[in-house]
Amino acid sequence: MDFTLSEEQLMFAETARSLFADSCTPDHWRRMMEAGEAIDPARWAAIVETGLTLVLLPESAGGIDLTETDFALIAQEAGYVALPEPLIESAGVAAPMLAALAPDHALLADPTATIAIAHPANPYVANADSAGGIILHDGGDAWLATPDQVTLTAQPSIDPFRRLFSVAWDKDKATALGRADWNLAFDRAALFNAAFALGLAQRSVDLAVDYAKERQQFGKPIGSYQAVKHHLASAQVAIEFAKPVVAAAAAEIGARDTQARARVSHAKLVALEAADKAARAAIQVHGAMGYSWEVDVHLFLKRALALTQTWGTPSTHRARIATRIFTQPMGPDQTFARETENA
Amino acid sequence: MDLNYTPEQQAFRAEVRAWLEAHVPSEPLEHFDATREGFEAHREWEKTLKSGDWGMVTWPREYGGRGLDLIEWLIFEEEYYRAGAPGRVNQNGIFLLGPTLIEFGTHEQKQRFLPRMASGEEIWAQAWSEPMAGSDLAGVRATATREGDDYILNGHKIWSSRAVFADWAFGLFREPGSERHKGMSLIFFPLDAPGVTVNAIKKINGHVGFAEIFLENVRVPAFNRLGEEGQGWHICMATAGFERGLMLRSPARYQVAAKKLAELWAANKETADPGLEADVVRAHMNADAYALNIYQTASRLMAGAKIGPEASTNKIFWSEMDIHLTQTALNILGPQAELTHEAPDACAVDWIDDYIFALAGPIYAGSNEIQRNIIAERMLGLPR
Repeated sequence: MDFTLSEEQLMFAETARSLFADSCTPDHWRRMMEAGEAIDPARWAAIVETGLTLVLLPESAGGIDLTETDFALIAQEAGYVALPEPLIESAGVAAPMLAALAPDHALLADPTATIAIAHPANPYVANADSAGGIILHDGGDAWLATPDQVTLTAQPSIDPFRRLFSVAWDKDKATALGRADWNLAFDRAALFNAAFALGLAQRSVDLAVDYAKERQQFGKPIGSYQAVKHHLASAQVAIEFAKPVVAAAAAEIGARDTQARARVSHAKLVALEAADKAARAAIQVHGAMGYSWEVDVHLFLKRALALTQTWGTPSTHRARIATRIFTQPMGPDQTFARETENA
Repeated sequence: MDLNYTPEQQAFRAEVRAWLEAHVPSEPLEHFDATREGFEAHREWEKTLKSGDWGMVTWPREYGGRGLDLIEWLIFEEEYYRAGAPGRVNQNGIFLLGPTLIEFGTHEQKQRFLPRMASGEEIWAQAWSEPMAGSDLAGVRATATREGDDYILNGHKIWSSRAVFADWAFGLFREPGSERHKGMSLIFFPLDAPGVTVNAIKKINGHVGFAEIFLENVRVPAFNRLGEEGQGWHICMATAGFERGLMLRSPARYQVAAKKLAELWAANKETADPGLEADVVRAHMNADAYALNIYQTASRLMAGAKIGPEASTNKIFWSEMDIHLTQTALNILGPQAELTHEAPDACAVDWIDDYIFALAGPIYAGSNEIQRNIIAERMLGLPR
């Protein structure tokens, strides 16, 4: 039993953190929003060059074959900057699925290409227009098509960096990939979005803390008032108790059992709740400024709002936890229990 | 990261389980805050625990402990709660004073106090709070006046848990004339010493778990001071760190409660509001998150980290979780929730007791308002 990260994992997260801190600043978002862009090619090229898109791919597909724990750390750092590019869905979910089905596929050989995924859990496909390929679902089988081989109908999201589409497609114009593991894709997406949400949450708190130290009222920084402190402390409590759940879910996702699925769901629920709580606290702390377009908090709020309802709604995830509670043993010796031990 | 127990840890769990199965009393003991008999029954249980060397599992062997690491401590606690073993009447000694004594005490002090604490021979109360100093511990006014090799203690302590029946107490006293954090010392005194008067204060549930203590020229040897003279504040903060951070509430307690809640829900599902299932799920999630957090903290501490201000997040989390959990039980029980022991239809008494107890959680061990200030100032860096 050792619930700590290795030096190597911490260094990898640090690499991602400095890459994102340098390349993904509020100025960048603002410029992209004005231009109506959801992908910055220069930043994406830097992400690809650093190897972040290769983490979960097997060596046979040109990847570096690391674990969900490693990718979750990157996702958390991406959340801290509300990364616009579809790193999670492409490198964390779609590319590993494609690699499992067709490790030699040309799309995997081009690491700059993003891959979108039309998962049955989601009615809309994110970033389908800019993808090198879209993985499509039909009765448990996966198919692949390029954006020009399908009909995309834009479904604009409140989050300017989530470009959503309804996809109509025809098997004649798509390539069959065979039976795919849609459940694994779902769990990975839920897990990595949970990790991303931890980043969103911490950034919201940090933005509000910075503001509360500067902004003066009644002759003192507003951050010296207990009412302001308590909003932010409560948000931090939510973050601190979501973190180990996300870490455990990442470590256990490979078990593929009722407990592992429940833990992924738990991670998704509490991390997104923390992101929502933190963003709302940050808006409150910023006062009327927090309700303005000019202050960056709304981006974090909107991403949290979007991710809360995608890749399984809260009630979907609660139902998976209820299944764990009512079909598996509970109690103090069951924290790390596996289904096989109770078979 | 490896979330599997080692074969040694699994063998240890089996050993604890077997011992507890053979020794845990078949009938629950009367609560140690309810009567002197209940208190003494718990003292006997502490002695039984000691007979198996299970009294103070994390302490060094030479002071009556078992030298376990924190993961083993968690496993022990899991089995302890799983077995439904009695509450620890000496928890002030085990979890608050014990670790502090081990860190700051002299060898002679450790030899004098720790083994008797471990055996249940001396049960400890805490005497921190005062009528005008609750969470503002620096407002303590009780004094310790040095007289040769002794201290003369004077003052008025209140909200002292266990002090009605306990043998010893530890409290903060200040050098006469000193102010705030300066000049305070942590001093032990026997509760039956001349000049000590203990008056019981009934709790919200009618138990006599609290006391107020009047000290009138109580003479204790300077040997009873923990740490250097005037360093009491520093030492108390270390004690509070143990209390908030780890030892006061091990996760197993809430995991047992969440399990019972799930059983209560399953038994009442047909009649209760279906919307309550979400609360039952939440209770499990909270207990699980708390366990994971503590396992993560224990792993970090074993790797050499120190407990920091993040310990304050624990106290807020478990106290709020406890209220949510017990309130959910009352919601499932509906009209039976309010019935007392005397009611012919009583079936919910444990839940109402647990709920009433849970209400104290956000108050004791430093109010949650104070914890939020600590988080805001020391974790987030907001101005004082």
